[in-house]
Amino acid sequence: MELNYLTAHELRKKLGSREVSSTDITQSVFDRIKRKDKDINSYIRTEEESALESAGKADCHIAEGGSIEDFTGIPVGIKDNICTRGITTTCASRILESYVPIYDATVIKRLKKNNFILPGKLNMDEFAMGSSNENSHFGPVKNPWDKSRVPGGSSGGPAASVAAGEAICSLGSDTGGSIRQPAALCGVIGFKPTYGMVSRYGLIAFASSLDQIGPFSRDMEDCAALLNVVCGHDPCDSTSIDAGIPDYKSFLTDDIKGLKIGVPRELMVEGIDPEVKSSVEAALKMAEDMGASVEEISIPNLEYALNVYYIIAPSEASSNLSRFDGVRYGFRDRSAKTLRKMYRLTRAQGFGEEVKRRIMIGTYCLSAGYYDAYYEKALKVRTLIIDDFNKAFSKYDVLISPTSPTTAFKLGERTEDPLTMYLSDICTIPANLAGLPAVSIPSGLSSEGLPIGLQIIGNTLREDNVIKTAYSLEKAIGFETRPKI
Amino acid sequence: MKRIRSSDVRHVAKLAELDFSDEEVEKITPQLNRILDHVARISTVDTEGIASTSHVMDINNVSREDEIREPVPQEEALKNAPEEAEDGFSVPKID
Repeated sequence: MELNYLTAHELRKKLGSREVSSTDITQSVFDRIKRKDKDINSYIRTEEESALESAGKADCHIAEGGSIEDFTGIPVGIKDNICTRGITTTCASRILESYVPIYDATVIKRLKKNNFILPGKLNMDEFAMGSSNENSHFGPVKNPWDKSRVPGGSSGGPAASVAAGEAICSLGSDTGGSIRQPAALCGVIGFKPTYGMVSRYGLIAFASSLDQIGPFSRDMEDCAALLNVVCGHDPCDSTSIDAGIPDYKSFLTDDIKGLKIGVPRELMVEGIDPEVKSSVEAALKMAEDMGASVEEISIPNLEYALNVYYIIAPSEASSNLSRFDGVRYGFRDRSAKTLRKMYRLTRAQGFGEEVKRRIMIGTYCLSAGYYDAYYEKALKVRTLIIDDFNKAFSKYDVLISPTSPTTAFKLGERTEDPLTMYLSDICTIPANLAGLPAVSIPSGLSSEGLPIGLQIIGNTLREDNVIKTAYSLEKAIGFETRPKI
Repeated sequence: MKRIRSSDVRHVAKLAELDFSDEEVEKITPQLNRILDHVARISTVDTEGIASTSHVMDINNVSREDEIREPVPQEEALKNAPEEAEDGFSVPKID
């Protein structure tokens, strides 16, 4: 039995019946990492020794009759932009190559209460900027379904590790699709909760008004369980919502009779792969067969979502990344004789090309004479997009679209042209701009054997509808989540 | 919108505390122009009387009790410093 390919809820049962130990599970995950991760490169850093030590502790806890929570003794991989006390957290950047956080992110504290196992820190695009995981200082991640292809990004490591059985679940972050798009390209589930549901404390900021942490898993049950652990108000994050946390697992029902599904025309975009389109349409047919109604709708201002995003996200990033100056932490250029020269040389060498490009765009959009035309205007169009979604959700319970216009593309295929790369996120960006919960679930395989992802978007704080729909479709689709590697 | 030139790129780089070689400026200028052309599409959207989004959930002015908490110990705070001196962060001469 390959323990590393079981789900957390299956493993929990086996832990409960003493059929397996956390040490067995952790060992099987590390065996897999040792055999496969040289090719996949999901991990920037593995923590075998401390993971096995934690597993031993979890086993003692269980042996003593301690409670077995959903993630007790379960290896959950963590994207390398989430701070882990005492464990290097690099954001896949040279500038943070040797940064060791002195505190845990709130999500890590919450997982530790569950006695989870931290197998290591997962690869990503530098500072979460990218859609292919090719912008990592530690090399690209390969797609477990086809190693000549990208896993998507920016959470390429979190997605690929779960697909390849190198972690049971993982946590990533989603600013414009960085959880959902790689989940789609790697054939796993990726969920971005409502903005403010998960504390961003300890998540190294990219674009603060858009960033949200969320889970990767191989089924919806694990997804809901991980949401239960990470969601909740945190006084350390002033944008966190002080709303009650429902039991997300209670929404795992396969009854969508009477559910109203809208299919935004603007997200069935031009240039969409016909196989992706027909896979999503087949899933919509299944939803209809289960008693849901499906209607094509128009959300006119979605046409501008990508434009708005590529003003707001770089603007916020240019401000957030100004803290990396070689003074308090991270890399420093040692040759500079004066402070200002040190700042510039440190940042010039510490940041990669894409990060610098976005800092430049953001700085330009916020600079004197351009602020109103770019940044302020984008914030207004963002309001129009939110208004449009509000109108749509007055009539529909969920919206469904492809997650990504294409299946996984070849490594190197889009690196030459930044704008083409940006278009990879066209279907996922709108949910970030409006702060909406959204999930990507696998809807099938293409003729080339590559996973296709389907996106379900819900209204603010209506994770219930998203989970219910995803769970129902997961059952109806019956996707085999294991790549042949 | 007007095209940006290499002199604009150098000016913005200064604002962003970045340093580009001449070759890098050559390369990045057309890329930035393409991206800025693309995002400038929103200039045609009518936003008369529309408010800017601040927080998607309409949360404003969050405050908390001003309580004394355990501070970060000095040696912890300095742990990641590239250079330290006299219990502080050390930097090259300020110009």
